[in-house]
Amino acid sequence: MNWIGLAGFGLVVLSAILMAGLAFLRRKSTPVFREIPAFARLRKAIGLAVEEGSRLHISLGRGGLTTPQSAAELAGLEMLRRLSELTAASDRPPVATSGDGAITILSQNALLASEPAALSTGYDPTAARLTGLTPFSYAAGALPVMQDENVSANVLMGNFGVEVALLTDTAERGNTSTLAGSDNLSAQAILYASAQDPLIGEELYAAGAYIKARPFHTASLTVQDILRWLIVIAILVGALLKLAGVL
Amino acid sequence: MKLKGLLSTAVAIATGLIVLVGYFVEIPILVNLRITILNWVILLAAVALFVGLFNLLAVHADKIRNKQKGGIYSLVLIFSLLTTLILGLWLRPDHALMALIFNAIQLPVETSLMAMLVVTLTYASIRLLRRRNNLISIIFLVTALLILLGTAPLPFVGYVPILSDLIRPFIAQVLAAAGARGILIGVALGSLTTGLRVLFGADRPYSSDPSRGGK
Repeated sequence: MNWIGLAGFGLVVLSAILMAGLAFLRRKSTPVFREIPAFARLRKAIGLAVEEGSRLHISLGRGGLTTPQSAAELAGLEMLRRLSELTAASDRPPVATSGDGAITILSQNALLASEPAALSTGYDPTAARLTGLTPFSYAAGALPVMQDENVSANVLMGNFGVEVALLTDTAERGNTSTLAGSDNLSAQAILYASAQDPLIGEELYAAGAYIKARPFHTASLTVQDILRWLIVIAILVGALLKLAGVL
Repeated sequence: MKLKGLLSTAVAIATGLIVLVGYFVEIPILVNLRITILNWVILLAAVALFVGLFNLLAVHADKIRNKQKGGIYSLVLIFSLLTTLILGLWLRPDHALMALIFNAIQLPVETSLMAMLVVTLTYASIRLLRRRNNLISIIFLVTALLILLGTAPLPFVGYVPILSDLIRPFIAQVLAAAGARGILIGVALGSLTTGLRVLFGADRPYSSDPSRGGK
């Protein structure tokens, strides 16, 4: 193993130890988060959807599990699971769209997890859908869901590219609220301009903790903060060493 | 957690750990195991694609059966999907007809959607100040305008001096690159902790058991 591999492995092990330790230490304390207005508005949208019998649309993007973008898809799936549990009492379950077969199966699993809590509706296998396999066919397939299925709020979380503008534009025209985040830089810039509530950078991965915090989620946010500070220090030390001519 | 859930969690954590450690530690048996598991994943992803296609067919068949709005489009989709699938299996994907279907139908349609983005994004930029009237939005719009003016040659003027030579490269290569790297570091850290949560079994996207506890 070269030194870069060793450093990477060390970072993963350090993060795992920190996360396990913090989750254990803080298992009984109430988490305190930085206020992100998008999540406060999402909580209102969830309440509204349950009250008026409308649906939430959770779009997981067109990334796959075997791609480097899988973490964004996993964050989206965790959000879907939490939202389906929170809206389990609603007449209409959330509808999930994705652009990958494996993600579609996993989103069906996430919706199935809330079924025992459902009061008036059973499990609908078509509530999790594959809408298209290429970026634009995925977006084109998701548009009718947003327009025709009594959707009151859209949560776009996963791997999106520039095609996400078509989704946010449709949401805007339908007067529905949109919380959106992607791991793709171009999509983040587009979301800042076009989405009502954009998530920038790592906010995408914090969504699960903001909706329904569990010890591991709050611990993972703290670990991210610690690692961020370590990186800042490493960059500053590196810059100083470069200035001094050591590197 | 039910026994099925326990088993799936144990299998997921074990395979995740083998792949992760096999990536960093080059012990032959671990590396071979990692490659085998990844090959299985590729096969399963292909099967999942087929399951996804059946899901697509089921959703659109439902739409036609229940005479929902846009049912005619669902009919076109099912017809196109089955025709392309049968032709692809019969002629093989590298046949000239398959290339023609892709180049004459799929490509122009996707390009048209891409062209629509120009209008959509221009409209979104105009609405940005109405939605979020703050300093960041103004900086966002001014930066976009400067980059556009500095990149595309203007009629009768050509490239704008100073803007094209100095300001645009400074914004794109220094300010934007620094910001992008910062965001990418955040995304990488988020990806790392999300992966670790799955390895710890705190997030179980593969399980249909309800979530535990939480506040």
